[in-house]
Amino acid sequence: MSGIAIDHPLPVRAAGWRDFLQLLKPRVMSLVVVTAATGMLCAGQPMNPALAAIAILSIAVGAGGSGALNMAYDADIDALMRRTRSRPVPAGRIQAADALALGIVLSLFAVMVLAIATNWLAAGLLAFTIVFYGVVYTLWLKRRTPQNIVIGGLAGALPPLVGWAAASGTAPPNAWLLVAIIFVWTPPHFWALSLYTSEDYAKAGVPMMPVARGAASTRRQILAYSIALALVGLLPAATGLGGLCYLALAAVGGAIFVALAVRLERSGLGDAPAPSAKGLYDTPAVIAPARDLFAFSLIYLFALFVALMVEHLIGVPTLRLAALGAWS
Amino acid sequence: MSDPNLDDPAAFKARRGRNVAIALSLVAFVVIIFVITLVKKSGG
Repeated sequence: MSGIAIDHPLPVRAAGWRDFLQLLKPRVMSLVVVTAATGMLCAGQPMNPALAAIAILSIAVGAGGSGALNMAYDADIDALMRRTRSRPVPAGRIQAADALALGIVLSLFAVMVLAIATNWLAAGLLAFTIVFYGVVYTLWLKRRTPQNIVIGGLAGALPPLVGWAAASGTAPPNAWLLVAIIFVWTPPHFWALSLYTSEDYAKAGVPMMPVARGAASTRRQILAYSIALALVGLLPAATGLGGLCYLALAAVGGAIFVALAVRLERSGLGDAPAPSAKGLYDTPAVIAPARDLFAFSLIYLFALFVALMVEHLIGVPTLRLAALGAWS
Repeated sequence: MSDPNLDDPAAFKARRGRNVAIALSLVAFVVIIFVITLVKKSGG
C-alpha cells in the first residue's frame, strides 16, 4: 500500500460479513451479472441451466474479487474522498491485507470454477479481466494518467465476452460489439460523476480528467464519447444481434444520451467552484446536468442489455444487414 | 486470561456472522463442484 496515513472518519467497529460483501462492490457485480448473462444468451448456444448459473456466479465472484483487490490497494486515497471513505478498509473495519487475501482467493476460485464448468477460453478471459482491473488499472493507470478510466474501462467491458465464451467457447465480432458498447459508455459515465466530485479526486491526487485537463475539456470529451456511444449502440441492430425493439430503444436512448451531453457541455459546470455534493444523487441544482447524465447512463446501459436479453429469450425479428452477416 | 473479542458482545456477534458466512461459502463451493460433476458426467 502506498503509505499515506488514513484518517478514520467513522468510529471503528468489528467487521461483519456485510463489510466483506461491501469489499466485492455489489453494485458493480449486479452490472456484471446483467452484461455477462446477456453475452451468454446472445451466444445462442444451448447450455445446461445449472452450468449457466454457476458460470454467471463465477464471473460475478471474479468481479467481486477484483473489487476487493482494488479496495485493498486504494485504501489511502479512498480515505480522502467522501464517496469512498466509509468503505471497510479506509474506515478501519477490515485490514488491507485481509481484503487483499479475500480478493486473491475469490479470484482464483472464480477462474478455476469457470474453467471446470465451461471452458478455458472463458476462464482465461475472466483471469485477464481480473488482472487488468486489479493490477493494470488499480496499480498502474489510476494514479498516473487522466486516461485511467478510458483504458481501465476495458475490464468493466469484458464480462459479456466472458459470458459469450462460457456459452459457446468462441469470441466472435458480435461479442466484441457488446464489449465496445460498455467500453465507449465508460468515459462519459465516470467523467460525468467526476465533474461534481473533482474536488475529492484532486485532494486524493487522482488525475481524473477534470482535475488533469479541466472541466471544459472534460465536457467536450463527454459529448464526443456520447455521440460515439449513440452510434455504436445502434450497431447490434445492423449485425443481427439486436432486433427492432433493441433498435428503437438504442435510437431513443442514444438521442437522450447525446442531448444530456450537449446540455452538460453548455452548462459550464466546473468552470467555477460549485457547492459540494452530499452524495451521488443528493446534489445541488447547479450540478444537475452532470448528475442527470450520470444517472441516465446507468439506465441506458441496463436498458440496452436487458432488451438484448429479452429479445434473445422470446425471439424477435431482426434487421441483419447482409454485409455484416458474418459478425455472429 | 480472557479473550477481549469474546468479552465484547458486538465483536463476538460480528465474528460469529463471519464464521457462518465462511461456512456457507464452503458448503456452496462443495455443492457447486458436485453439481458440475453430475452435469459433466451426464454429458450436459
